[in-house]
Amino acid sequence: MIHVSPSPHYPGKSRTSSMMMRDVLIALIPCVLMAVYVFRSHAVFQIAVCVASCLASEAIFSLMRGKKIPLRDGSAAVTGVILALSLPWSAPWYVGVIGSFVAIGIGKIIYGGLGQNVFNPAMVGRAFVMINFPVALGASAYVSSGTGIHIITQATPLTAAKLTAQVSGLWPLFLGTCNGSLGEVSALACLIGGLYLCFRRTASWEIPAGIFLSVIILGGVANMVSIHKQITVLHHLFSGALFFGAFFIATDPVTSPLTPLGKWIFGIGLGFFIMMIRLFSGYPEGVMFAVLLMNGCVPIINRYTIPVPVGGPVPEKKVS
Amino acid sequence: MITHNIKAGRGDFKRGIHPPAQKQLSKDNPVVPLPLPQKVSVPVLQHTGAPCDSKVKPRQKVTLGELLGESTAFISAPIHAPVKGTVAMPAMTTLPNGRHMACIPIQSDSDSPDPKHVWDDLISFSWPKAGLDSYEAVTIVEDVKKAGIVGLGGAAFPTHVKLTWNEKKPVDVLLINGCECEPYLTNDDRLMMEASSSIVTGALLAARAVKVKTIMVAIEDNKPESIRKMRETADGTGIQIIPVHTKYPMGGERQVVPAVLGREVPTGGLPLDVGVVVINVGTASSIACAVIKKQPLTHRVITVTGRGVKQPNNLFVPIGISYKEAIDFCGGLTQDAKRVISGGPMMGFTIGDLETPITKGTSGVVVLTEQDLKDSDELNCIRCGRCVDVCPLNLVPTKIALSSKYRDWSQAKRHHLMACCECGCCAYICPSQIPLVQLIRLGKSLLPKEEKKGSLP
Ligand code: SF4
Ligand code: SF4
Repeated sequence: MIHVSPSPHYPGKSRTSSMMMRDVLIALIPCVLMAVYVFRSHAVFQIAVCVASCLASEAIFSLMRGKKIPLRDGSAAVTGVILALSLPWSAPWYVGVIGSFVAIGIGKIIYGGLGQNVFNPAMVGRAFVMINFPVALGASAYVSSGTGIHIITQATPLTAAKLTAQVSGLWPLFLGTCNGSLGEVSALACLIGGLYLCFRRTASWEIPAGIFLSVIILGGVANMVSIHKQITVLHHLFSGALFFGAFFIATDPVTSPLTPLGKWIFGIGLGFFIMMIRLFSGYPEGVMFAVLLMNGCVPIINRYTIPVPVGGPVPEKKVS
Repeated sequence: MITHNIKAGRGDFKRGIHPPAQKQLSKDNPVVPLPLPQKVSVPVLQHTGAPCDSKVKPRQKVTLGELLGESTAFISAPIHAPVKGTVAMPAMTTLPNGRHMACIPIQSDSDSPDPKHVWDDLISFSWPKAGLDSYEAVTIVEDVKKAGIVGLGGAAFPTHVKLTWNEKKPVDVLLINGCECEPYLTNDDRLMMEASSSIVTGALLAARAVKVKTIMVAIEDNKPESIRKMRETADGTGIQIIPVHTKYPMGGERQVVPAVLGREVPTGGLPLDVGVVVINVGTASSIACAVIKKQPLTHRVITVTGRGVKQPNNLFVPIGISYKEAIDFCGGLTQDAKRVISGGPMMGFTIGDLETPITKGTSGVVVLTEQDLKDSDELNCIRCGRCVDVCPLNLVPTKIALSSKYRDWSQAKRHHLMACCECGCCAYICPSQIPLVQLIRLGKSLLPKEEKKGSLP
């Protein structure tokens, strides 16, 4: 009857990892609603495909490894929604399926499951399909005439700005009436969900803060020295997947650093690479590659941001 | 010599946690002395240091406070009879920390002074607040040593060692620790409310021993009654009462010294290294008994609490009674009682055998129920960094724990494994329910052995 176990004896009072994953799903609701509002059935279809494939992949891979299916931790569903929201509305169903399969299989399971992976699973899946199906996911995938949905007759704002020097208004960008991937259309929706996550301390606020800081500074400098003069700092902030990436992708705890200092470095570095890709590469959008790049740096960041203990390091034993 | 400026703390330390305090279960219940127990069982080791050698034989008659055992080692504390009675055959017991230890059982005489007598004596005595100049430093330390006083906050380090004046380590502040940051426990809180005079006298005497003028009493601000009472009693003695923030683990020496004085205790060092001696309020009270009345430490206040106990209460008990007797006096265990903890829930030990005797370092018994313990499965570390955000010593608990688990000693050292004070904040907050402290403890016990083997750089 009496139960013996080591201290502390105060478990279950704080939030669990599964609850944190549930928090992320809750925070994604505004983005999902916005996506459904803008893209109608395309969005519903895309999200359903990705979530179902992610859950199925997780189940299959876990069975193959002989583990019990850890679907309860909710992380596969989170990966599914994030992947779906980062794809264009027109992506064919098999893109979602393959992307999910790669995200869970290569992005997570081969490392040993949740907590072991180095790269953000959703971004691994996204990068894989992006490289293998360039046409289905390229700039033209976002544009379609004749669907009856008004906004998808435009090019995505950053592409348009880069190629044709057409600049979208800031309000449409912010509210989400411009074209883009499912989740990135509305900076406002991302902001609402993101603030919820930071407020709940499920996401570390240092990471988005670092990203915005460096995007604002670099965007400002770029604007002054007139690279793509038509794109102002605010365009950089509100367009593309920046808000979505900053709040939902970069803050994935598993693939970001541990210490507050490390988180700042991660965020600032991420912002830096996003801007470099946006300004100097052929890709209009840089969040995905920048995230993968910085994920790779996390072990090094962790290694060099070990805090000094209160009272100083452990003294070396005197050799007697 | 480095001179520190006095009182530069902010009353707080960085990071830490706010676990539910649960003190309302027992904080308003005045201390009740236990009736005379039929027998007590006094372990020969109740402190940090060397065990005592028994000085009594079976069937020998002993009086209350008579010496039962002592050791010649400097870091040790003698033990004394908590009742008048007859010594029985020596027995073995398992202390809550898992050590097997001999103990001296005593069958009490019916005419032995009972705990009520000792308690009334403690609270009704008019403890002197002035005119203590006749007590020399050396005699105070000698009396404290003879009385077998150890830290009553939990660590049970022999107090005379702390009070022994050391030329090389000048002290300028005596800090009396009345924080009591562990959830549930209210024994220090009650002692401050009911026996404040003995604490004040003990503090004045301890200050004479270590030759300091500045005495401060740190009390968490969730104990306004104690703060008021201590202020009132200490009026005119120059003792300062310092309310500090309520936060776990404020009562740790590494937290309370910076909070009150703004001085950081060096890792691997002691408060003494920054000119501070820290003693618990209960310890101060026993110093007064030892020096003024030559009474050894044989009784203490404990809190018996938690939802697994029918009537949580604060008790004044002779050392050596069993946990069972204390719990039974409080109405016994409830149906759903699940885990019995010696000390507080953050750093205490679980007890498997309720016949285990209560020792000098036992600050309380907390019984948790099934519901309190409703825990979920352990998951993988999701590297969320929550543990980093709460570690009061600014460590990276997940890294230390996992490198201990996988025996990666160079990584463990890089992350300052040995600096951890095992406060448990990290394991409390961890969303994946990883037993961080358990793993860290394992590492702390293995690393020195590995180093000795010379297998490490
Ligand atoms: S709190 Fe737990 S899950 Fe989070 S980093 Fe620390 S050990 Fe890992
Ligand atoms: S690592 Fe040690 S000192 Fe830090 S929170 Fe955990 S137990 Fe406390």
